[in-house]
Amino acid sequence: MEDWLLSPGQYGSLMVGARATVQLLAQAFVLGVVLSLIVGVGRLSTRRWVRGISFAFVEFARGISSIILLFILVIAIPILLGEVFPWLRGQPVIVMASIALGINMGGYGAEIIRGSILSIPKGQTEATIALNLNPTQRLRYVVLPQAMRIILPPMGNLTIEILKGTALVSVAGGFDLMRATSNLEASMLAGGVIGVTVLFVNVLAIYFVMAQVINGLFRLGERALDKRFQQREGRAALPITTTPSAGG
Amino acid sequence: MSDTTRTESPADEPDVDAATGQVVSFELAQHHKWYRRPDVVIPVVLVFLGLTLLAVADTPSARFGSEFTPSGDVSFSWSYFFHLVPQMLQGLFVTARATVLGFLIAASLGLVLALLRRSESRWVSYPAVALIEFVRSTPILVQMFFAQVLVRATPAVSLNALVILFIVVGIHYATYASEAYRAGINSVPKGQWEAATALNLDPLTKWTRIIIPQAVPNVLPTLGNYLVAAFKDVPIGDAVLSTGGVLFMASTIRNVDFRPVEPYLLIGVGFLLVSLPAAWLVRRLEERIAYERD
Repeated sequence: MEDWLLSPGQYGSLMVGARATVQLLAQAFVLGVVLSLIVGVGRLSTRRWVRGISFAFVEFARGISSIILLFILVIAIPILLGEVFPWLRGQPVIVMASIALGINMGGYGAEIIRGSILSIPKGQTEATIALNLNPTQRLRYVVLPQAMRIILPPMGNLTIEILKGTALVSVAGGFDLMRATSNLEASMLAGGVIGVTVLFVNVLAIYFVMAQVINGLFRLGERALDKRFQQREGRAALPITTTPSAGG
Repeated sequence: MSDTTRTESPADEPDVDAATGQVVSFELAQHHKWYRRPDVVIPVVLVFLGLTLLAVADTPSARFGSEFTPSGDVSFSWSYFFHLVPQMLQGLFVTARATVLGFLIAASLGLVLALLRRSESRWVSYPAVALIEFVRSTPILVQMFFAQVLVRATPAVSLNALVILFIVVGIHYATYASEAYRAGINSVPKGQWEAATALNLDPLTKWTRIIIPQAVPNVLPTLGNYLVAAFKDVPIGDAVLSTGGVLFMASTIRNVDFRPVEPYLLIGVGFLLVSLPAAWLVRRLEERIAYERD
């Protein structure tokens, strides 16, 4: 069994890398969710140009390879647009990499959100129109809360895909778990290639555990959501009281 | 696949107009199989022919370099951009070929994994589930590094970078494909299984004549999606294993000329020009098969 373990010091440096990976994932996730919401709703807009831009974004983000997008954003864009937007120059690799992964996630996430909104029965939207809710209220209080149950499972899978995508940052010059592994590998090569194999088995195991944690978190979210829906049965679900009710 | 059709009664055969290839008899057309319809089979055959040609063609050399470099300033140069196009196409060819060969492994190994997972013996199904879950939730980049180290650690095995790439892409996407096959097999109605049992068909006949022909149409679009996804992951091999694909081409040009903007943007455009039509074709296939199922 001990043959398959590394020294505590080596685990220490892997943990530094793992923390960087989690940070990168968190940034990409936030940007990805925001983009998914905007573009997913935009694809169902009544305005044609909004639909067109959203469609182009989704096709671009889903069509391009994430590693090529990463290289374009980390290397090509700062040089190309650096004259016009000086702040692009000298951005840390991690920032541009988060943007690249966020765009990638946004493309896939937008389709998840669009599909979930379309799956909400039409009567719900008609009811909001009858209740004179504006489109923002309709999304915020009626459609999205119900869509959440459909959104969460594929969103969890997508987050795991983005976790896997964070490893790409290491080849574009950023620091993450994979970069920490490569650094360790360089120092271990003298000790023979068997040790390096053990190192990679451990790193794969760390990624596996991280993926399972993400999976578990999303499962918890689903359960919490189901509970909330069960409790609300038979009660007024909408916290909107714009006009005082007649009965007091 | 074609000789499975002969055992059925000729009444099942939809009338096909010889000139247009259109199915004319409508009430019979509802019972046709997907592999008997020319409008489904012809694209599938064409795609397979194209892929085979891609697989058996020669490997172009992985040497990249440019004839001229525009003078030192950083502004975007269109002439340099177009000058790099032939080399980009060469890199794209290598990438596409690696995708196809890798995916051939994935599609066959995936079916094996799906069947292993269905096995009634826990000693078979649990390891299959563990393997699928593990490979699916770890990055393909790390798997490539791992495979490279593993090959280096076993002196008996010597594989070149492209072969390692096929194998890693094949195994990675086999786990995805196995999930697709599983869903497809589960989507075959229960009555079909019961009928096969009632007719006392042996397992081989049951699987090859009843289950798999009905499961495949449900699986094809998903497999197509994974093929496109594999195409997007193959450039990772250029960064890890230095296989001569698009990304390797761009990085080489960047190291030679110190002009990164044009090659990277060019491979982005070239990549989209392949992956978007491919994704569109898969969507067409999806719609067509969904239409047939209803």
